[in-house]
Amino acid sequence: MTVNMTKGQAISLQKNDGGSLTAVRMGLGWQAAPRRGLFGSRTREVDLDASAVLFADKQPVDVVFFRHLVSDDGSVKHTGDNLVGGAGQGGDDESILVDLARVPVHIDQIVFTVNSFTGQTFQEVQNAFCRLVDETNGQELARYTLAGGGSYTAQIMAKVHRTGPAWTMTALGTPANGRTFQDLMPAILPHL
Amino acid sequence: MTAELVRGQNHPLSQARLEIRIAAGTPVVAAATLGDEQGRVPGAEWVVHPGAPTLPGLEVSRQAAADHRLAVDLGAVPEAVHRVHVLLALPAAGGPVSFGAVAAPFVAVTGLDGTELVSYTLVGLDAESAVVALELYRRQGAWKVRAVGQGYAGGLAELLGDQGLPQPHQLASGIHEAVARSLARAVPMPPPLTADADRARQAATPAPGPEQGSTTAQGAPGAVSPQPPLSPYGTQPPGTPAQPVPPHGGPASGSPQPMSPHGNPAPGTPMPQPGSPYGPPPAAGGPQPGHGGQGTSEFGDQGASGHGGQGASEYGGQGASDASAAQPSAPTVGGPIDYSHPRRQNAAPPPPPPTAPPAPPGQPAPPVAGDATGWSMDERLYNQVWGMFEDLARSTAAYRSAVDFADSRMEKELDAALADPRSRISGQGDAAREAARAKQAQLVEQARAVYDRDLDQLMAESEVVEPALPPAYARWDNPVWHGYRVPFEVPMAVRLGDLHLPECPELLIPMLVRLPLERGLWIDSGAAGSLDGSFLDAHELHRLAMDTAVALAARLIAVHPAGDFTLHVIDPAGSGAQALAPLSRAGVLAAPPAVGAAGVAEILARLTQRVDLVQMAIRGGAADSLPPGVDASEQLLIVNDFPHGFDDRAVTQLRYLADEGPSVGVHLMMVADREEASAYGPLLDPLWRSLMRLTPVPDDHLADPWVGHAWTFEPALAPPGSQVLQQVLTQVAAARTKYS
Repeated sequence: MTVNMTKGQAISLQKNDGGSLTAVRMGLGWQAAPRRGLFGSRTREVDLDASAVLFADKQPVDVVFFRHLVSDDGSVKHTGDNLVGGAGQGGDDESILVDLARVPVHIDQIVFTVNSFTGQTFQEVQNAFCRLVDETNGQELARYTLAGGGSYTAQIMAKVHRTGPAWTMTALGTPANGRTFQDLMPAILPHL
Repeated sequence: MTAELVRGQNHPLSQARLEIRIAAGTPVVAAATLGDEQGRVPGAEWVVHPGAPTLPGLEVSRQAAADHRLAVDLGAVPEAVHRVHVLLALPAAGGPVSFGAVAAPFVAVTGLDGTELVSYTLVGLDAESAVVALELYRRQGAWKVRAVGQGYAGGLAELLGDQGLPQPHQLASGIHEAVARSLARAVPMPPPLTADADRARQAATPAPGPEQGSTTAQGAPGAVSPQPPLSPYGTQPPGTPAQPVPPHGGPASGSPQPMSPHGNPAPGTPMPQPGSPYGPPPAAGGPQPGHGGQGTSEFGDQGASGHGGQGASEYGGQGASDASAAQPSAPTVGGPIDYSHPRRQNAAPPPPPPTAPPAPPGQPAPPVAGDATGWSMDERLYNQVWGMFEDLARSTAAYRSAVDFADSRMEKELDAALADPRSRISGQGDAAREAARAKQAQLVEQARAVYDRDLDQLMAESEVVEPALPPAYARWDNPVWHGYRVPFEVPMAVRLGDLHLPECPELLIPMLVRLPLERGLWIDSGAAGSLDGSFLDAHELHRLAMDTAVALAARLIAVHPAGDFTLHVIDPAGSGAQALAPLSRAGVLAAPPAVGAAGVAEILARLTQRVDLVQMAIRGGAADSLPPGVDASEQLLIVNDFPHGFDDRAVTQLRYLADEGPSVGVHLMMVADREEASAYGPLLDPLWRSLMRLTPVPDDHLADPWVGHAWTFEPALAPPGSQVLQQVLTQVAAARTKYS
């Protein structure tokens, strides 16, 4: 069962059977917006980038993005940069894998962001979504649609944070502007 | 576009430089006769055969193999030669006695870029043991090829007699003798270690079938399905690089498949003990007895058949499994004949990696050696070791990051407590400091617990992996070195030493580097402070450095097939004679260590010339036509006492060798103290930078590629008092004598 999250909603990543998740994947998918008019079938390339920032007590410790695909501790892995997006079939175009059991003990929050590297706003991007998948069984835990994408070039998608021994995911959905995650840091800090 | 010829058909050849590729299901001897205008072969000197493998424009392999590549340059063939007959014969010593018992040999003429021009499958052979496969002949100034397929039941002697040779029997027995001599090297050339080649070779490995994986997955004791005698185990070619049988199983256990002990461990089956790294575990049942019965004597055959598979896969890029189909016929007696088209089969997947038996619920799975991806056990172990390396690096990064964070947070909180004026009067300040320290201690404790968990897992893995390593990867004290045999193929990598981190000095990660070496090695005999603080005088350090160099050189020569690795030594003042004694005593050096300035100049000139020639040949696209006398094997030059005995010219040559050598198989191993060469100033900086620095004593100067920790390197040395180095070098020397 998929939970469609709305802004600010929190979902515990405890499994129904009491066990907790060990590996989750943050998937990002989008479709390039077709250009209207003559040669309407021509598409412009839209490069969205998924990033994950690891925080310890509100201090950024490590970041995983297209220039640094694996966190130093090996717990967070980016599967690789996609520069053009997908066909809009709902598949993930970029993925960030998080091995929650391997996240260093002092990391208490991981924030996922999306940036439009090529500068298109979300108005021009179709079918953009972010989702969280239980990597152990492939089940989709949560899906957050970049609905009504306004004239923003970035979005702080969600955060996964420790609550006691387990992890909780909170949808943030805060729009922002920026080309890479660095530009978003001021916008992220209030959410920690 | 390939012309598929039938018997008697001919086809024009547009190129003069060709390659003739032969793939048979069993080792065959390839030879060629040169005939004059009348088609007669005037004498034995007109025959290219394993005993005399080269004539102008033509070269054949020295040994019998299931797969041959004959280099032909029709432009270089003497004017008087009008016909070239390409012959195949079954070796006299063992193996099938007639072509009727084996798969139909397949012959192709290709261009130098590998494009197939003409192919011909020699069907319809029966009692013949020698056959004229192709004829290349001059017709009106141009060359053509004809598919002949003329077999001779009387064997090579009858064939040669038919060609008009005066003493065919004598020549035939000479050829068979030459083949028998080189039988030890049934796989002709160590295939290049590119990923593609690896794949091609491994694709030729018949798949052990799905039942193995599922059995293992279920892991029920006794549920290991009884495999038929010709199970995939029996036919798996030990084409895996550096996985020669004898070093693992030893002649007695003789189980060429490196993975079986791990592939079938039932729960409760003890992991292989260090004493028998690849010996079949007693409980693993099924396949081994059948296999062991076949013994090691067939290794040569199987190696060759495996190679045949590779050859076949080269033709079509896909036809790998004709080798698997043909393999049942590879063992000494004839088996089923493979009538399938050699190129129309799909590549077989590699054997599945050994899977860990299911873990008891709630616990991590016990580690298994070879539990990584790869097309061979060799590659899997390599990847596994590198995986352990990365995991240790990253786990340590997590631990250090957590501890750093805990410390910096404590500092901050202590500062805050100090800065608060209220805390100075009451006991609040002490409480706050206490709390900050407790918080730090708790976080560090947590981090340590997680780190210890990771370390335990890696230690367990290391304990399983170390004993399973092949010689090239193994420490000198590994028992696998006692069963050492000269390998048939170059391994994927070699162990230079061990790496460890200060947090866990007992967890040693093998430092494996790919072969051929991409950079030269520099054994630093400089007086840099050793890690453990023990004072070593310069003399002692230099001696240790030479010992390290000798151990590494011995390892390198031991993991290469006989004759594929040549050692040169420059020891201008003769100061390294004692350390070099194991090498010179065993007789594995190409020549006695070069002494004095003249010796230095001579050896550098020779190696520089070799680099030049090979480079020219490669640039000219004629890498296969080096002049005779150029040693095609990999070369390692050990330089002791640099820059003693070096003049400016010699230094320039040395730098040239360091830069240009590795790509053409000339490697440097410098035993030097950078200080001693400081007179050259910055001139030599690029030289030092281009070499990989190793130390004779533990030193933390190596960084990992992921997070850049400083790892402590310890060279791989034979344990003190051990004779293993001597024993191994004696075998290497014996194999070299036999080979040459």
